Amino acid sequence: MDTLNNWRERLISKTTRPTLITTYKYWLWFGFLLVITGNGVFQYWKQWQHGLYVTDMRDRISWGLYITAFVFFIGISHAGTLISAILRATKAGWRAPVTRIAEFITAVALLIGASFVVIDMGRPERIFNVYLFGRWQSPIMWDVMAITTYLTASVIYLSAPMIPDLALYRDRLADKVGVVRNFIYRTLSVNWKGSPKQQKLLGKAITIMMLVIIPIAVSVHTVVSWIFSMTLRAGWNTSIFGVLFVAGAIFSGVATLIIIMAILRRIYHWEEYLTEKHFLYLGYLLAAFGAFMVYVNLSEYLTEGFNLEEAGLFAFRQLFLEDFAAMFWFYIIGGLLGPVVLMLVPKTRTIAGVVTAAILVVVAMFLERYFIVVTGLRVPLMPYEAANYAPTFVEWSIFAAGLAIFCLLITIALKIFPMLAIWEMTEEHAADISDRPTEEPNMVGADIVGSLTSTERLPDAGPPAEGGGS
Amino acid sequence: MTDKSGEAKRSQTPKGEVPISIGSVDRRGAIKLLGLGALGAVPLVASARVMDGLVRDIVKGSVAENQAADTVPTREAGRIRQWTMVIDLAKCDGCQSQGTPPQCTTACIEGHFAPQPMEWIEVYEAELNGGGSQFIPTPCQQCENPPCVKVCPVGATFPTPEGTVLIDQDRCIGCRICMAACPYDRRFFNWGTPPIPPEAALSDYNPDHQAPASSGTVMKCDFCPEMARDGTLPYCIQACPNDAVWYGDLEEDIATNGRTVVKATKLVSDNNGYRLKEHLGTMPRVFYLPGHGEDIGRDPHDEGRMPTEWPWIERAEGAVTWTR
Ligand code: SF4
Ligand code: SF4
Ligand code: SF4
Repeated sequence: MDTLNNWRERLISKTTRPTLITTYKYWLWFGFLLVITGNGVFQYWKQWQHGLYVTDMRDRISWGLYITAFVFFIGISHAGTLISAILRATKAGWRAPVTRIAEFITAVALLIGASFVVIDMGRPERIFNVYLFGRWQSPIMWDVMAITTYLTASVIYLSAPMIPDLALYRDRLADKVGVVRNFIYRTLSVNWKGSPKQQKLLGKAITIMMLVIIPIAVSVHTVVSWIFSMTLRAGWNTSIFGVLFVAGAIFSGVATLIIIMAILRRIYHWEEYLTEKHFLYLGYLLAAFGAFMVYVNLSEYLTEGFNLEEAGLFAFRQLFLEDFAAMFWFYIIGGLLGPVVLMLVPKTRTIAGVVTAAILVVVAMFLERYFIVVTGLRVPLMPYEAANYAPTFVEWSIFAAGLAIFCLLITIALKIFPMLAIWEMTEEHAADISDRPTEEPNMVGADIVGSLTSTERLPDAGPPAEGGGS
Repeated sequence: MTDKSGEAKRSQTPKGEVPISIGSVDRRGAIKLLGLGALGAVPLVASARVMDGLVRDIVKGSVAENQAADTVPTREAGRIRQWTMVIDLAKCDGCQSQGTPPQCTTACIEGHFAPQPMEWIEVYEAELNGGGSQFIPTPCQQCENPPCVKVCPVGATFPTPEGTVLIDQDRCIGCRICMAACPYDRRFFNWGTPPIPPEAALSDYNPDHQAPASSGTVMKCDFCPEMARDGTLPYCIQACPNDAVWYGDLEEDIATNGRTVVKATKLVSDNNGYRLKEHLGTMPRVFYLPGHGEDIGRDPHDEGRMPTEWPWIERAEGAVTWTR
């Protein structure tokens, strides 16, 4: 039987693997992402010179792939913080290996999502007008406020629980990594020594952030939806949009989390930590949200469709029968019902089944964002022929670059940060192997305190960080 | 049609109140407003003068730095013009009978150098319920409850005390949420570097006339406040060969199509005037009188009109244009 100490050592060596070992495959992948990013940057430079003329957006369909990407990435960002906060708050016993990856996805996706708004602007160099002349009546300002708050909060929420692990890296990897990483570890571990006082503070901080971040995350995608629903357009102007967007955000966020977990598990052999149980639980979450999305969609389309007014008729035809029918039905059948079915059938209740469901969901949610943006604008407002929109090469390139930078930032983070929450997982494991420990204290912060004292006092936890004080 | 018709009865102008929103009062304006209470006792004449200056100051302090205060057409008593437009569809045949593109559109394009393909006043052809079609010239509706103003994050789209909505292209960040918000498809974006003829390049930019156009910003019909202040009529009104378009002032309750001067509210109510998409509550300042060009003998089954032209486009060197 493994002792806790051995178990922890193995976890540390597995977690530090991506940080210490870099294969040629890594550089190939890195290069590939750089190429796509480079192309996107070049295309953006063209857009900067010629204006949005290089896109296929025009007066009648005046938003397109960029705004789709904005909504999509902000949606994905709900993977992390929200999920990990909910799991922490409900003390889901299996959360520890999942949270760190999820929180990274959040921070990175938020950055990318927010940049797409700037990419979509006709005069990006005037971005600071938003601060100089901002009007709080505008849904765009609500977004600026919500997203910057969310970004700040999620960076704190990502880095705070990482402090003990960074301190461990600082102590253990000092002579194995270069100056840059050493500097990062020293700075971000904020002189962590694992003293009871520090642990108490950290526990408090995590609890507070966890409670604060849930309403912030919900508000973010709600105000994103309000950009659309505050207009007087058929298909957009509906009160269910906030719910639809938040549910969709968590839905696509969980799916992204599953995909990235599956990839990392495969590459770095984290089978022991990211077990089938984790995938299945996330799969159930996915199926539950899938079912909820079906309900929200039904409720929306039935209330709009039952009394079908003129603009609504056009909106429905293009969605159900005409231009966007393929996308729409893929979304409903593949993206919403698909995961539910995959999780219900015992044969597909496997890791492969969950990952398939996750891929379906991510694709479907991207399509959903796309057709929401485009069909809403396409409904003619006056007697004119409905316009059409097909993203140009420039738009696709920049979107691809967005995806590439998303992967790139996670790829880089792998080389620096502990992707598995070592101390939280050790704590969880300790609780697992010890015979039902005395009833856990009620405070979330409190069990963190308990765990840290038990892990950080292990014999070879490295020399106390002298250099850390600088 | 400026100060000559000063005798018009004010009591009949329910819309004639001066719309001074709290948001448009700056600090200086607010101080003056507070001072107004103390002025209650001063003789009427004097206070009327103070009012006049006060309104000017409020206007100057907020609306747009670009809009010089002394150009706001307040009259002696401190009243502010409330521009309006009445479009008589019975008289509009889309310029079919003369075989030209709609003259209002063309004149507006010439006057403002509106980049191709912008039609600030667009003549839509709509189907009639009983078959056939009607032409609907559609400028910006100058909503009194304007969705475009509400959503603009930087106040680049703003309401003026004259009841119109203007765009400050020097401030616009090109987010285009206003285009999504306008329910009348009345906003246009400079997707590329807009074509600018030499004469437009020389003009001093001002939201009142929007020339020269600048890339990455939104434009629309501005209701020609400069023309009105100069005592002439907007280009579109002047150009209409059928006198179908009326321009007026709800504050003074007067409207003219360049030939006759009438009472604006009476013109609207006597002819069953309506506004577009009234149910949205946008409260447009543009009224329509029903019809389909019958006053000039147009057969509603005679569909189609000439496409719009941008006559000056050849003079704009290296012009980039796009389609709508
Ligand atoms: S018609 Fe459109 S652009 Fe004009 S004021 Fe109304 S909402 Fe704004
Ligand atoms: S495009 Fe310009 S005018 Fe329109 S909402 Fe954005 S900043 Fe305001
Ligand atoms: S009022 Fe002026 S800007 Fe508006 S359509 Fe007429 S000419 Fe053009």
